[in-house]
Amino acid sequence: METLEEIKSRITHALPGARVEIIPNESPSGQRSLLVDREHAVRVATLLRDAPELALDYCSNVTGVDWPEATMKTKVKKTTVVDGVSKEVEEIIETLRSGCLEAVYHLYSMSKKHGPVILRLRTENRTDHNHLPSLTPVWRGCEFQEREIYDLYGIVFDGHPDLRRILMWDGFKDFPMRKDYVEPDDYDYEPTPHDDVLEKAKRHRAAEVKA
Amino acid sequence: MDEGLKSELQKQGVFTTSLEGLYNWGRQNSVWPLQFGLACCAIEMIATTMARYDLARFGAEVFRPSPRQADLMIVAGTVTKKMAPQVVRLYNQMAEPKYVIAMGACAISGGPFKQGYNVLKGIDRYIPVDVHIPGCPPRPEALLHAFMTLQQKIASQELTGPNRPRHLNADAPSEFPVPAFGEHDLVPAKNSELWQAPAVARS
Repeated sequence: METLEEIKSRITHALPGARVEIIPNESPSGQRSLLVDREHAVRVATLLRDAPELALDYCSNVTGVDWPEATMKTKVKKTTVVDGVSKEVEEIIETLRSGCLEAVYHLYSMSKKHGPVILRLRTENRTDHNHLPSLTPVWRGCEFQEREIYDLYGIVFDGHPDLRRILMWDGFKDFPMRKDYVEPDDYDYEPTPHDDVLEKAKRHRAAEVKA
Repeated sequence: MDEGLKSELQKQGVFTTSLEGLYNWGRQNSVWPLQFGLACCAIEMIATTMARYDLARFGAEVFRPSPRQADLMIVAGTVTKKMAPQVVRLYNQMAEPKYVIAMGACAISGGPFKQGYNVLKGIDRYIPVDVHIPGCPPRPEALLHAFMTLQQKIASQELTGPNRPRHLNADAPSEFPVPAFGEHDLVPAKNSELWQAPAVARS
């Protein structure tokens, strides 16, 4: 299979203007992925499916990721000269990471027997600009999984044929897999609480005593 | 009737019993379960009905596909919040006398999914449960034991007096409110008349 760099140059060649970025992965798997912009996502997906060398005709898995706003700390080594002696000093640089919601697509080729190629799409933010283009028109198998992401993360997939909640009921308002999900306080009976549950049970008990 | 006289008569080939005993004997040996399963516990329930464990020995082999014909609801598996109203509605549609066995960790307390966002913390928050079976999933022997426990419960019921069973007491409710889908949780989150949190010894 082509390397990710080759796939990236293939995309930028065929679709000038498409912004494609290779996301590194420092974990032992080293499985890198392609971040594609929202405007070109459907065309990029069609290209990956239809290019005869790639033929990524099977989307095996779609999943969601919630990236809340966070301050990232990176350590940088700097050499400074103090009283004529050069010293190596570690400096911590804090950068603010803006939050977003992400959909991750794992693509394989059944005919070529290769894969996976991992596509990522990111929303602009986590609150009001939470739209992504649906890739269900490209891979039919995405339908239920995009519905699940809509249900649990609240990403709205434009162009999805039947975007409804799939696991929770229609009147449900929350998105349970988001990091800031507040669950209903039903910790009234916890016979063996520990860790997080212990804290929640204590909070429930305190609220009960007050009422 | 005097037990000694009863046994003496039995040796002579004369069997005596009370109407209550006869009535309960008939009921306890023809408990027909409702045919439905919710999760992996249902597989154990199915195994229980098959030849190796043979629930038919207890007169309960006839799994009814309609709640109108069923006497026993075996809540076998995880009750999700989305499924809970349907389970309560099925229970309401069963004719009296009716019984409930909550089978497995999920049905009695939510089990491994207790702190999840989508699982009910025990079906006894909405309907009265006669026998709870722990286990994940309980073995068929455990279900048989629960079944025998239920039979003993039926056999010991008095047909008159304040402790008479629910189906002979016009004042006792036989239907329970079906929870509605709320914006964040089921509404109400529990039937407070039916279920109160047991006291937990806290240090």
